[in-house]
Amino acid sequence: MAPIPGSGLAKGLAVTLRTMTRKSVTEQYPDAQPELAPRTRGVIGLFEENCTVCMLCARECPDWCIYIDSHKETVPAATPGGRERSRNVLDRFAIDFSLCMYCGICIEVCPFDALFWSPEFEYAETDIHELTHERDKLREWMWTVPEPPALDPGAEEPKELAAARKAAEKLAAAEQLAAEERAAAERHAAADRPAPEEPAAGRSATGQPAAGDRPDGTRGDGKPAAGGPPAGEPPAGPGSPDERSSGEGGTA
Amino acid sequence: MTDVLDVALRLVVVFALFLVLPLLVGQTEHKVMAHMQGRLGPMYAGGFHGWAQLVADGVKFAQKEDVVPADADRRVFQLAPAVALLPYLLVLLVIPVGPGEGAVGQAVDAGIFFALAVMGVSVLGSLMAGWASANKFSLLGGLRTAAQLLAYELPMLLAAASVAMAAGTVSLTGILDAFEWWWLPWQITGALVFFVSGLAELQRPPFDMPVADSEIIFGAYTEYTGLRFALFLLAEYAGIVVLCGLTTVLFLGGWHGPWGTEGLGWVWTLLKTAVLAFVVIWLRVSYPRLREDQLQKLAWTTLVPLALAQIALTGIVKVVIQ
Repeated sequence: MAPIPGSGLAKGLAVTLRTMTRKSVTEQYPDAQPELAPRTRGVIGLFEENCTVCMLCARECPDWCIYIDSHKETVPAATPGGRERSRNVLDRFAIDFSLCMYCGICIEVCPFDALFWSPEFEYAETDIHELTHERDKLREWMWTVPEPPALDPGAEEPKELAAARKAAEKLAAAEQLAAEERAAAERHAAADRPAPEEPAAGRSATGQPAAGDRPDGTRGDGKPAAGGPPAGEPPAGPGSPDERSSGEGGTA
Repeated sequence: MTDVLDVALRLVVVFALFLVLPLLVGQTEHKVMAHMQGRLGPMYAGGFHGWAQLVADGVKFAQKEDVVPADADRRVFQLAPAVALLPYLLVLLVIPVGPGEGAVGQAVDAGIFFALAVMGVSVLGSLMAGWASANKFSLLGGLRTAAQLLAYELPMLLAAASVAMAAGTVSLTGILDAFEWWWLPWQITGALVFFVSGLAELQRPPFDMPVADSEIIFGAYTEYTGLRFALFLLAEYAGIVVLCGLTTVLFLGGWHGPWGTEGLGWVWTLLKTAVLAFVVIWLRVSYPRLREDQLQKLAWTTLVPLALAQIALTGIVKVVIQ
């Protein structure tokens, strides 16, 4: 169908009229602070307590705008007769924001989480030399660093949380196993006492759950010890430590 | 004595309207255009939503140096802004805002002729500026203005003639007295032709080829500075007021309205004029500039035939009624 003549003109008028009824997008900045995106690259803050003077940031910086000075201090031996240790002490950390191109490589590369993006952006100066900001100023900007934004609803669990949860689960499983073993041992001791006439049968029956491990001991008890060795103790002993060590390996 | 007082009062009122209404249109344009483009427009001057922006602009223009180019035709150059602006003041004098003798600056028998002839004079201001500036861009702008005037004066006059035929008079007050509501659909084509031609004659976008800033800097006004430049701008906005007022009076029934025509007729006139002024701004924001050849084509192949058809329709209906 051919368009109606003049429909384009009407469409143009409609666009402008519709825009007029909508809220304008102007941000009245000096009067009202802008709403910044969560990962705004305003300025780089230094959490100097975390800095180890590894110099990675200064070396990776594409325009060489990070200045780091440090010296070594000797820490006396912790134990008598031990060796003295030395550590790096940060003397100067400065970023020249007249050179910085806000690429964020220094923040990415820092292995000790000492550098962060801050949304602070109102640090214009009248002299270009004053744009080199020293560590105290960079440390102050750390207070303006926002919390990391929350993950999306469907996002994968954060890695550190997943690792912690897995470790906790392994620990709980190991504890439960130990408790079961303890209970089995007690039952074994109890079973030993009332039936002294048949020591071999009783031993193999109670030894079975320890060797076969996991499920409820009662099922192991009820089963006739068919393939079980006459003396349940020796195989059961090494069996459970094996299990446990493999579990630990998984956690680590 | 009372006659003198009466005349003085009318002149003062018309002059005050002449000073206030164009500024009002200009401020509206600032804000409407801004919001149509998703902006806020002026927000600071005067405190409340930049209401005094044009006053501030006026102060700025007054402070600027008044430069006349060395090779310019000095007297013509300096006279041009006045020639562009004053005709609109004169036209405002004859536009009736309400019923009766009291609501018009001066009732002229040949009102339509007077208004259209004087409006045409205003374009001479641009021509004078273009010729006297001794600047190639100004000259190009001036010639484009002349071409545009020639092309669009004709459909404008034809459309106005159609209303005069319908009313049987060329007096603006007479036309309004004879107005009936069904003239609206009857003269709608003429109204469109008149309004569009008027826009073109004011050199308003999308018909601003003579001042096309991306091609010829600012056309005939390129060499102007300070107050004289401000007068040209003021002339444009005064032109909007006059064009919208004339369209209201000729085609939209002026002070006629569904109710309250006795006491509040002037409100109807102002309201209709304001709506038309909004449309002028709206068109400016929505449409790109017409090319010079498209401009001429629109006038000669569309508007003139439409105006002639309107005259024929008016004549037929007129004869049938009688």
